[in-house]
Amino acid sequence: MSGKITINGQVIDFTDETNILAVARKAGIDIPTLCYHPELIIAGACRLCVVEIERMGMQASCSTAPADGMVVYTNSERVNRVRKMVLELLLANHDRECTTCDSSGACKLQKYANDYGIKRLRYPSRTVMAPLDTSSLSVVRDPNKCILCGLCVRVCKEKQGIGVWDFKNRGSRTEIVAAMDQPLAESACINCGQCIAVCPCGALTSNSSAIEEVWAAIRDPKKTVVCQIAPAPRAALGEEFGLGSVDVTGKLVAALRKVGFDKVFDTAFAADMTTIEESNEFLGRLVKGENLPLFTSCCPGWVKYAEEFHPELLNNLSTCRSPQQMFGSLLKKKYAKELGIAPQDMYVVSIMPCTAKKYEAKRPEFMTEGSYDVDAVLTTVEAARMFREAGILFNALENSEFDQPMQQTTGSGVLFGATGGVMESVVRYVAGKLLNAEGRIDVEFTRGMEDTKIASINVGDNKLSLAVVNGLAATEELLKKIQSGEMTVHAVEVMACPGGCVGGGGQPYQNDGEHRKARAKEIYNIDSKLVLHKAQDNEDLDKIFEKYWGGCCNHDTHHDLHTHYYPKKRVAGNEIVIKDGDGPEITVCLGESCFKKGSLAVVEKLLELPVKVKGVFCLESCGNGVSVKVNGQIQNVKAENVLEAIKANCGCSCGTCS
Amino acid sequence: MLKSREDLVNLQQKSKAALAEQKMRILVCAGTGCVANGSLKVYESLKKLIAEQGLLAEVDLVKEVSHEGIGVSISGCHGFCQMGPLVRFEPSGLLYCKVQEDDCAEIVETSIVNNGVVERLLYSDPTTGETVKTQDEIPFYNRQVRVTLKNCGRIDPDDINDYIAHGGYQAIAKILTGMKPDEVIKEVLDSGLRGRGGGGFPTGRKWSFAAAQPGPKKYIICNGDEGDPGAFMDRSVMEGNPHLVLEGMMIAGFAIGADEGYIYARAEYPLAIKRMRKAIADAEALGVLGKGVLGTDFNFKINIKEGAGAFVCGEETALIASIEGERGMPRPRPPFPAVKGLWACPTIINNVETLANLPAIIMNGAAWFRGFGTPGSAGTKTFALAGQIQNTGLVEVPMGMTLREIVFDIGGGLREGKKYKSVQIGGPSGGCLTEEKLDLPLDYDELMKVGAMIGSGGLVVMGDDTCMVETAKFFMGFVQNESCGKCVPCREGTKQMLAMLTKITEGKGTEADLALLEELAQNVKDGSLCGLGKTAPNPVLTTLRYFRDEYLAHVRDKKCPAGACQALKEYYIDPEKCKGCTICARVCPAGAITGDKKQPHVINVDLCLKCGACMEKCKFGSIVIR
Repeated sequence: MSGKITINGQVIDFTDETNILAVARKAGIDIPTLCYHPELIIAGACRLCVVEIERMGMQASCSTAPADGMVVYTNSERVNRVRKMVLELLLANHDRECTTCDSSGACKLQKYANDYGIKRLRYPSRTVMAPLDTSSLSVVRDPNKCILCGLCVRVCKEKQGIGVWDFKNRGSRTEIVAAMDQPLAESACINCGQCIAVCPCGALTSNSSAIEEVWAAIRDPKKTVVCQIAPAPRAALGEEFGLGSVDVTGKLVAALRKVGFDKVFDTAFAADMTTIEESNEFLGRLVKGENLPLFTSCCPGWVKYAEEFHPELLNNLSTCRSPQQMFGSLLKKKYAKELGIAPQDMYVVSIMPCTAKKYEAKRPEFMTEGSYDVDAVLTTVEAARMFREAGILFNALENSEFDQPMQQTTGSGVLFGATGGVMESVVRYVAGKLLNAEGRIDVEFTRGMEDTKIASINVGDNKLSLAVVNGLAATEELLKKIQSGEMTVHAVEVMACPGGCVGGGGQPYQNDGEHRKARAKEIYNIDSKLVLHKAQDNEDLDKIFEKYWGGCCNHDTHHDLHTHYYPKKRVAGNEIVIKDGDGPEITVCLGESCFKKGSLAVVEKLLELPVKVKGVFCLESCGNGVSVKVNGQIQNVKAENVLEAIKANCGCSCGTCS
Repeated sequence: MLKSREDLVNLQQKSKAALAEQKMRILVCAGTGCVANGSLKVYESLKKLIAEQGLLAEVDLVKEVSHEGIGVSISGCHGFCQMGPLVRFEPSGLLYCKVQEDDCAEIVETSIVNNGVVERLLYSDPTTGETVKTQDEIPFYNRQVRVTLKNCGRIDPDDINDYIAHGGYQAIAKILTGMKPDEVIKEVLDSGLRGRGGGGFPTGRKWSFAAAQPGPKKYIICNGDEGDPGAFMDRSVMEGNPHLVLEGMMIAGFAIGADEGYIYARAEYPLAIKRMRKAIADAEALGVLGKGVLGTDFNFKINIKEGAGAFVCGEETALIASIEGERGMPRPRPPFPAVKGLWACPTIINNVETLANLPAIIMNGAAWFRGFGTPGSAGTKTFALAGQIQNTGLVEVPMGMTLREIVFDIGGGLREGKKYKSVQIGGPSGGCLTEEKLDLPLDYDELMKVGAMIGSGGLVVMGDDTCMVETAKFFMGFVQNESCGKCVPCREGTKQMLAMLTKITEGKGTEADLALLEELAQNVKDGSLCGLGKTAPNPVLTTLRYFRDEYLAHVRDKKCPAGACQALKEYYIDPEKCKGCTICARVCPAGAITGDKKQPHVINVDLCLKCGACMEKCKFGSIVIR
């Protein structure tokens, strides 16, 4: 469809734009929006983008397609009257503590209120302040700032396929709550922070409590404070200081030194470790033909997703810790000793594009002698805030280098910052190792912002099928194909966030497709400018492997650099007694997976017996059907065979069943 | 199983003959109102007593037995809910009102054994006091024209053969054996039938959009999510003549090329749902619904979806979302459901009453239908009479009848001698009509002109002791509760309007509030996403338009002219009338009344709680509200 429409008297051609909003913006006419996101389903909820169309009256420009000959006014008296009403009504219900708000300066509501000259509200302000949900290590929700645009609901449902957020209640009592109206930490939230990335007005922010802890550690003379910087922030942090999506690695290192960090390292270094360990793990699995396809495990959002929703795939996840945790383990277990300090006297901070890393760092598996391998995680945005607080003029900084003895960075490690990067690094490593390929090998298929990329690669006589996916909704689609046998792949790189880490939930606001693309482009630039491009070319890393573990990929590296995964309970909460009785106690799982497989029918069968029936939310045996616990043992049953199964395995002689 | 149109005709004749054998038929109203008042007990009792007399006729119309005797059956709503439980005798037309179980013995003794009349159970005209024997003589009934309600109250809703005996399923049979989909659409288009759910969009035109869409899958949805306070016509049709709705859905389905339909009924209508379910099962068993209807290759499946009682789910896109298992929130249109509706398939959503008109249109033709109503609004419309009206209930009248005729001639005027003040038409989306508008012919276009709408046809009648600000507040409270919360103008705007109205009724409003209220109302109308929000300000805007003085009295003089706003009431003792009996001072819980014995007392307004206890106790009528 194409044609011409007239906007404010200006005739504009349109072609494939799906809405008037896009046509207007292309022509340089801005229309304010709060609930619109070009990558999500259109809601038409905020009504801020209304325009007046001849013969159609007032319409939302986001949900109205252009039609040839349409005459549109985007700033008529009637239009602006409605927009001002929307803003005034929203502001009246919004906690207007702008000065202390995390989103101040990046808040669309604040901007529009200024743009439209909303000076004094004529409606009474919100009186009751609801408590904040600070349960999550990653995301803080402030219901008093929420304008119910629903972007978080949509991004979580559409991009991640999870749907942690949804609306509750009607009318002015409407609110957005985490699933089952429980604290976010108890939900299936994977901490990716994409909801933060789309929230227009500070209702969802990252949990920044770490900033104060980092300051305290820096000021503590007993602590050696060490920092590691992930690949993606170096291509995005400059946006916070008006530099755009350009490489600011040198300035970032310099700023961290000025803030007071004792050592500054590059997570890309640990990414090379990951590449080597994971590639060899992959090759080993290929030889043995087991646990394939291999799924990458660098992304803590994806790891939690697998633990929540695909416990059956946990053996397929690479056992490698993520680069952040490999580095943390290295620092606490080895480097601290080399410096002659106890692990608890070393304070490890990582600068990450990611809110899920905050959760990952607090996983109990990742500790050394009672102290976390990574003590604090700061997002890109939080790091920038810290620099401002420290009075650092970021743009004026001279470049600084990473510290010895882990100074070398390869392009391969930096690639981890964009979707496809891990896969490209693995392919480079394998090509170098098996085919003796030298220099930079660009793997074209892994690059680009598409959510699913699949290619076959010949490695010697073997043809490997590799998949790269970002966004968990797309991942779920891919998993369906793999699990149904429709598709055979050998390795899958999964990144929870659109575009990979460059689009992480901790990256600067305006975290949209355009910015993700620019950041990814910069990641590839950095790779091309660096001298080394393959993990095995990192000589510093060779020495470290040799010095600390006597080489790579051995029993010791496995102990320090690999991990295990655990199925997660879907719904927390106490057991419920479905039927009381004197007979033996039988517990039926009512969790999501078992529920789908018919746990209610099983309960109905059990009610026929004079037993005590209890329901629990997850017995953590999700892959295998309805889980029933009898005598401390978990069995997997169906409604048809539950009675026989219990009779066969109960082991008691109460005679109830017979 | 009926395999052809002939089979259907045969069954009709057989059922009709069986009914004709009954020398008398007694129909006990089993609409929700009458059931709540005990009509089912009346039914059981009558059946038992008549059986004891050996006079009970076989009810199963298709049984090859004699049907002689007296048939007793339940029926759908007769409409005159005020007078329920109602018991009607056929063929005489004798109608008994407010019948209780205890009356049954007398009814059987007098009216069946001795062919007489139980005088005390007859309807008596409230003005003349004269009793009326038959239904047709009652003013409530004799001015109505019943098309959709024609058989509501005359047939047993649970008996498909009763429906067939009264010409049921003939329309779909006619279509399947000789009409093409576009002919059906044309007939409906020509009939001038417009959507009875509120919008008044021409039904035939709506269908033609969906018919033009490529298949194969399309849906018909019957919107039975009647949510307007005071409206219950859809419920009555579903309860009283469920097969009529099914037949209407099949006609619509045939016209647009759909093979599946959903009935979206409120879960608060359990009886309607129960009867619709039975009707579907019976119709499928008989072969008039399901695969290969009446031996043709037309398939039609009907599902029932119970709505959880959200008013917004009457909005088409929210209703679709609800059927799909999503939260009932409207989506922006276009795409319209006719193009992309339920599960992204072309979908037509018609209101129960709209669908109930279809069989008669098909059988009698478009011209016949146009014979009722006005040129722009053909046919009849059901109205639910509620509020301070003498005869509450359900009526069906030709479009274009004046409000005066409906309220005074059919509705019997106001209760307890109250003076007419206004009528709220079309529920919370509609508007108020004043005394000057009493002679307005009720049709879609005339009402639109005065800022109201027919809506689903709820008529809430208000007398002179009703405060219009309070009324606007009531409806605003309703839409605020029922707003889905999605779009800002509706969610936040209705909240602020409600706050302002509350402020005004409490005497704390200012003229600035009034101006802001009006501005906000207009903006919410302009800016909202769906029909709910776009019409939510109507009660405010119409009351402001017609009763501005009343608003001004609240904000300027802090007075409620109707004396309804609690906070603005001021109790006053008329010293002329006060005898100084001291009883008021003694009952006053706040000690606000003082005065010496045999001397006029006074109320201290600062202490007065406005509980009204003094006024209740005063024997001399000396305490007044001013």
